[in-house]
Amino acid sequence: MTRRIDCDVAIVGGGLVGSSAALALRGMGFSVTLLDKGFCGAQASGVNYGGVRRQGRPPEQLPLSQRAHAIWPRLAQLIGIDGEFLRSGHLKLARSPADMASLERYAVEVAPFGLALELIGHNQLHERFGIAGGVVGGSFCPGDGHANPRLVATAFAAAARRAGAEVLENTEVTGATRTFEGFALEAGDVAIRTRTVINSAGAWADGLARAFDEPVPLERTYPSMIVTEPLDLFLGVNIGIEGGGIYARQVTRGNVVVGGERAAPLADPDYSRPRSDGVLAIMQRASELFGPLRHAQAIRFWSGTEATMPDRNPVIGPSATTPGLIHAFGFSGAGFQIAPGVGEVLAELVRDGETSTPIVPFAITRFSPASQPGDASQAAMTTGSKETSP
Amino acid sequence: MAERASPLIVGAGPAGIRAAMTLVAAGLRPIVVDEGHACGGQIYRQPLSPDGRDATARYGSEASKAARLHHDFAALGIAIDYQSNTLLWNLRDGAADILRRGISRRVSYDGLILATGATDRVLPIPGWTLPGVFTLGGAQIALKAQGCAIGRRVVFAGSGPLLYLVAWQYMKAGVDVAAVLDAAPLSAKLNLLRALPLAPGIVLRGLRMAVELTLRGTRVRSGVSQLRIEGESRVARIVYRAGGREHAITCDGVGYGLGLRSETQAADLAGCAFRFDARDGAHRPVRDAGGRSSIAGVYLAGDGARIAGADAAEAAGERAALALLEDRGLPHDSMRATALEHALARIDRLRDGLEAAFPYPSHWAGDIADDTLLCRCEEIDAGEARRAIRDFSLTEINRLKAVTRIGMGRCQGRMCGAAAAELLAAQTRRDIGAVGRLRAQAPIKPIPVAVSLSLDERQHDPAH
Ligand SMILES: Cc1cc2nc3c(=O)[nH]c(=O)nc-3n(C[C@H](O)[C@H](O)[C@H](O)COP(=O)(O)OP(=O)(O)OC[C@H]3O[C@@H](n4cnc5c(N)ncnc54)[C@H](O)[C@@H]3O)c2cc1C
Repeated sequence: MTRRIDCDVAIVGGGLVGSSAALALRGMGFSVTLLDKGFCGAQASGVNYGGVRRQGRPPEQLPLSQRAHAIWPRLAQLIGIDGEFLRSGHLKLARSPADMASLERYAVEVAPFGLALELIGHNQLHERFGIAGGVVGGSFCPGDGHANPRLVATAFAAAARRAGAEVLENTEVTGATRTFEGFALEAGDVAIRTRTVINSAGAWADGLARAFDEPVPLERTYPSMIVTEPLDLFLGVNIGIEGGGIYARQVTRGNVVVGGERAAPLADPDYSRPRSDGVLAIMQRASELFGPLRHAQAIRFWSGTEATMPDRNPVIGPSATTPGLIHAFGFSGAGFQIAPGVGEVLAELVRDGETSTPIVPFAITRFSPASQPGDASQAAMTTGSKETSP
Repeated sequence: MAERASPLIVGAGPAGIRAAMTLVAAGLRPIVVDEGHACGGQIYRQPLSPDGRDATARYGSEASKAARLHHDFAALGIAIDYQSNTLLWNLRDGAADILRRGISRRVSYDGLILATGATDRVLPIPGWTLPGVFTLGGAQIALKAQGCAIGRRVVFAGSGPLLYLVAWQYMKAGVDVAAVLDAAPLSAKLNLLRALPLAPGIVLRGLRMAVELTLRGTRVRSGVSQLRIEGESRVARIVYRAGGREHAITCDGVGYGLGLRSETQAADLAGCAFRFDARDGAHRPVRDAGGRSSIAGVYLAGDGARIAGADAAEAAGERAALALLEDRGLPHDSMRATALEHALARIDRLRDGLEAAFPYPSHWAGDIADDTLLCRCEEIDAGEARRAIRDFSLTEINRLKAVTRIGMGRCQGRMCGAAAAELLAAQTRRDIGAVGRLRAQAPIKPIPVAVSLSLDERQHDPAH
């Protein structure tokens, strides 16, 4: 028997973006249905590296990133747990003078946003952070940090449920049509009538966009992670490397999480698995950089499925073809930190039709044929080889 | 035409040994990898160094089988590429990653026989992490491989045929076996009558063990519940309920286990389909009567596919090898294949009886005290798991893992996974089959971060 639901907002995708939007919308009194084809927070939002980092983001993301930055220390009030959020600082290392120059340029460029970046030379790196191995310097962002994605992503969805959102898991949205007053969604044996739809379907969001005549150049990536057994604490900061390679953090319990490289999709591209040569390369780089890892054991590898856009910026904002549809996807390997801010922005868009945070660069129209196709393809070519560190 | 790669056999227990022999007889030269230092698997494990005991002292009634398998495997000599002390840690794209002496190497294969065996299945009880508590399998390994006992005055508790076997082996080795505490009610043993005509030898031997233990003064109790192990810094006594009241036995060693569970991670990484098996109360890789998995070229044999014991493992190893030969278009003895299938079907019917005689006490999970440690790697107790299940409305085991870290530690859920699933099923009032199964992740067991790559692996790695 088909169950019918009427609501103000239906959110397709219960990742961190969708769940935080659900929570924010409940705070404004809207009736909300949050749908996930699997379990909320089980995809990118729950399996990512856990970097809570503003440093290294394109400047156009920084206003939104700063908004999210203010939310992270308030997690306990918001979702009932602190999510193991640590304001450890984020240290981005340079392996060559050219990379150091690039960090210096970035520091100048983003100075107006107030990240308080501090450039650090080789000797200081060793003295303050115990890092040696082939590094010429770094850039330190003291307010950044890391958190536990498995907990944060799950807790946002749970908090949305407690706040009164209808959360339907294992419920895939398979059909969406625009009706006179809004939308009709089909999802298993549930039929939903809603005024507004938020497309926060992560790596699966292009399907819904296409259904409303908005094809997007979304590609999937599968970052690859390893984690060690618990070790004595030696790494106080979240580490990234200019130009990519690895990124690493140590949790309070002592496990060290190291990411880098890419996993390979399985026959079903919804799933992926770390490639052995990839994890071996990560482990080799990590044990070169961090002495304590030379005698440690790696206990687990994993990866996840993430949506990447050619210009490495997300799509956030109203659909250009369909009133009432709002997109929020394509976070390009860096959506964990920013997601709680995105949730608030989406709620404002629903309530006011606009938001106090600048999101113009994230308009979906930047991919429509009319808007300079040359730029997009060029961006695709330059980002293919470059790997950012979350 | 390029020469075809060798088949790869994982595990050198009874299943792997018979599979290797069968392939060699057909003219192939399989690679055999095994974590152990010598062939034999768990059941016919060989000592680390000679300790003056002969096979009879070590394997008891199974001595002749053990000796024959060891001998047959040794006789293969260089007809196989045998790599001992070698961990298979990942499978991908028709190749295996194996680790030996700190070096990782990638091995391509044409045909993969997984004979990965089993480990103990446990549900946590208070005190199960005290020094002096071993799993039944662990207790047996101590005896076989190291020639030492887990204590001077020992109690064996839990369920399954292994319970009586290990207790009896300890008794034979001259250890004071104070008690055998069987979780299954005596009435369940009536199911042995069903198994009797199928394998009178096995059933009667089991009964004889119980009788001999009793005659030597071991307290043999059925239907025990609420097991609890007590002691300050190590085991001092075991407490249980039976016949409506509580009993305590002083001891300095406890062997504990509730049957076995299949080692299925390799099958999972190979992409094999799994299905819940109600009789065994576990998800296991699907296979046909010949041992073929759902993935072409991947075969499953022995306890790693389904718990059925050493004799079945031998037959299944040989049968899977015949399937591999057939699938590679090589001559193979199809009459022999049919005979092996009949033998395996018979053992499977015997298993029906044994499983019914030693039922897994799944109701225990509902009763585990909140302060009992559930996941020892990550130090998570039952109460924490229950809170997470409630607070996050969890219904699925991988979600429970994500939220609590249960099964994320060194053992990768191989020890705690079954118990966590039972707990989740009990609390959410779902069937154990409905809470899902922990998905396997590489590495199958921990590997060093500073692992070296073999020369050929370096050539594969674009970073060099
Ligand atoms: C391994 C990895 C490491 C990363 N590391 C970092 C990091 O350190 N820092 C950082 O900031 N970012 C990181 N990221 C990126 C970050 O995780 C993502 O940008 C972010 O989680 C995206 O959130 P989301 O809600 O858009 O997507 P998801 O979390 O993927 O959520 C989308 C949800 O939509 C559901 N869905 C899809 N289609 C449908 C449908 N038709 N009906 C119903 N439901 C549907 C899916 O099941 C899924 O749950 C990493 C990503 C990965 C994969």
